[in-house]
Amino acid sequence: MSAILAVLEQRDGVLHRMSLEALAAAQQFGAELHLPVFAAVLGHGVEAVAQTLAGYDVEKIHAVDHELLASYTPDGYAIALKQLIESHRSGYVIFPHTYQVRDFAPKLATALGRVLIGDVVGHRVENGALVLVRRLFQGKINADMRFEGEPPYFASIQAGAFRADALRSGTAKVEKTTPDLRPEQIRTKPLDLFRESQRAVDLSTAELIVSVGRGIKEAGNIPIVQKLAEALGAELAASRPICDNGWLPMERQVGSSGQTVSPKLYLAVGISGAIQHLVGMKGSKTIVAINKDPEAPIFEVADYGIVGDLFEVVPALVEALKKG
Amino acid sequence: MKIVVAIKQVPSRDSQLRINTSATWIEDAELSWEINEPDAYALEAGLQLKEKLSGEVVVLCAGPERASQTIREALAKGADRAIHIETNQAAAADPLALARMMSKALEAEKPDLVLTGLQSDDLGYGQTGVVLAEVMGLPHASIVMNVEAAGNGIKVKRELEDGWFQHVEMPLPALLTIQSGATKLRYATLMGIKKAKTKEVRRIPAAEVVAAGPSTVRLDRIYMPEKTRKSQIFDGPAKEAAAKLIDKLRFEARVL
Repeated sequence: MSAILAVLEQRDGVLHRMSLEALAAAQQFGAELHLPVFAAVLGHGVEAVAQTLAGYDVEKIHAVDHELLASYTPDGYAIALKQLIESHRSGYVIFPHTYQVRDFAPKLATALGRVLIGDVVGHRVENGALVLVRRLFQGKINADMRFEGEPPYFASIQAGAFRADALRSGTAKVEKTTPDLRPEQIRTKPLDLFRESQRAVDLSTAELIVSVGRGIKEAGNIPIVQKLAEALGAELAASRPICDNGWLPMERQVGSSGQTVSPKLYLAVGISGAIQHLVGMKGSKTIVAINKDPEAPIFEVADYGIVGDLFEVVPALVEALKKG
Repeated sequence: MKIVVAIKQVPSRDSQLRINTSATWIEDAELSWEINEPDAYALEAGLQLKEKLSGEVVVLCAGPERASQTIREALAKGADRAIHIETNQAAAADPLALARMMSKALEAEKPDLVLTGLQSDDLGYGQTGVVLAEVMGLPHASIVMNVEAAGNGIKVKRELEDGWFQHVEMPLPALLTIQSGATKLRYATLMGIKKAKTKEVRRIPAAEVVAAGPSTVRLDRIYMPEKTRKSQIFDGPAKEAAAKLIDKLRFEARVL
């Protein structure tokens, strides 16, 4: 019988925040496709973290344990999961769309002659088949995708597409399995993780945020939005390209490679709204977008928007605020 | 060191996209095109490595005739020669089919290092590089910020989430997907543009490298996304729009 396998990410015994969303997606697909759901965590000494999943409605949790999985490597993870999927005959294999999954899941799918449908933001079931929605052209266009041919089918789920609080509880047994792994199969040598600087700015507690993107054009224009932030008493933040260019420090970056924020007001200036940015701010209570392109994906999540030239609109906002 | 950089031609970033009548792809007749921006960073990383370690940079591109322009621009920036897989299917091909073609086209090359961008700005799969590594049987690292020689192999700096990084050592040959923004992009010089005209571009018809095997995923249709929130849009003169917005934020959303 075919089943759904949710492969969940953990590091140092702590589940990645998107893991439970991927499990929620697997439960949802399972309910709609009438398939049982299994989960797996990989690492060394992972029975304890696997046990934290025992309260959810899944058939079984595989603790895939090996000392060669203690540090993540694409070779180790792909080999171990290929063995699990083949012995388990998984129909669907569901991942959270994390950086780590992006590193090994396409390799795993390729090793099994399949293509991963990555970065999934929605789904529906049509005539018993799963249709997955993903974004093209930096979020400007949606695509419906389907699997063809024989399973296994691979998909990774973008942050925020499924809700962890929708998880159904139940009881599940943890089963430890030891994959057949040899040191010479692992060709890359991972060294210790490190951070470059302590974060001096904690945007996650800010009530008001003014955030700036590519539309600002050059470093010399940053003071234009700085003035708006000051007039509002807001923290200044940015999308990735601004921090990459060094126009604002990295610690002010919002998005999947930066901070995740949920202020009362998020005012996005000249930010088109690539999915990597949206996942970092779409939990904000009120979202305002200022952009010259009416089709920019940022307007999809905005409560209020001004379509126009930010070099006119932003100073006008500062003026309007001064008037009180 | 022989470095292959895989690049793709995509619609310019500010393109107004329209969906074709069969909803299978965009209308691409009137678009302007450019190098996929993440691939420009891969090319830059390749050129910098060549300058440091000496060797050769070979550009690999699958695309229709118009992709020649993007290939010439890469040659003008300093790539030594190019391989152009001539196909009209590259835009919507699945990453495995594309990687199999690219792998076959590279059979005679035996590169030490293959570099790709992190993702494409059109399909955005973000996996062609990793898939190509597996098809070619190479070790890989993704989201790479920096590459240096280390012993007989290389040491790379990978970006992880939430501000974490990691160094990874690996043997050569290997494949790396390069993170965008980690370095400044160069412009082509006048001399470079002149030289590019005489550089070798090997054209390979897709039929010679196309791999058998059915596709395992299908793009059904494309469409404009529905807005998940109903946004109130203010237009008109900037001053009026700004005043309306501030008013709404104060008295409707009550966030000011």
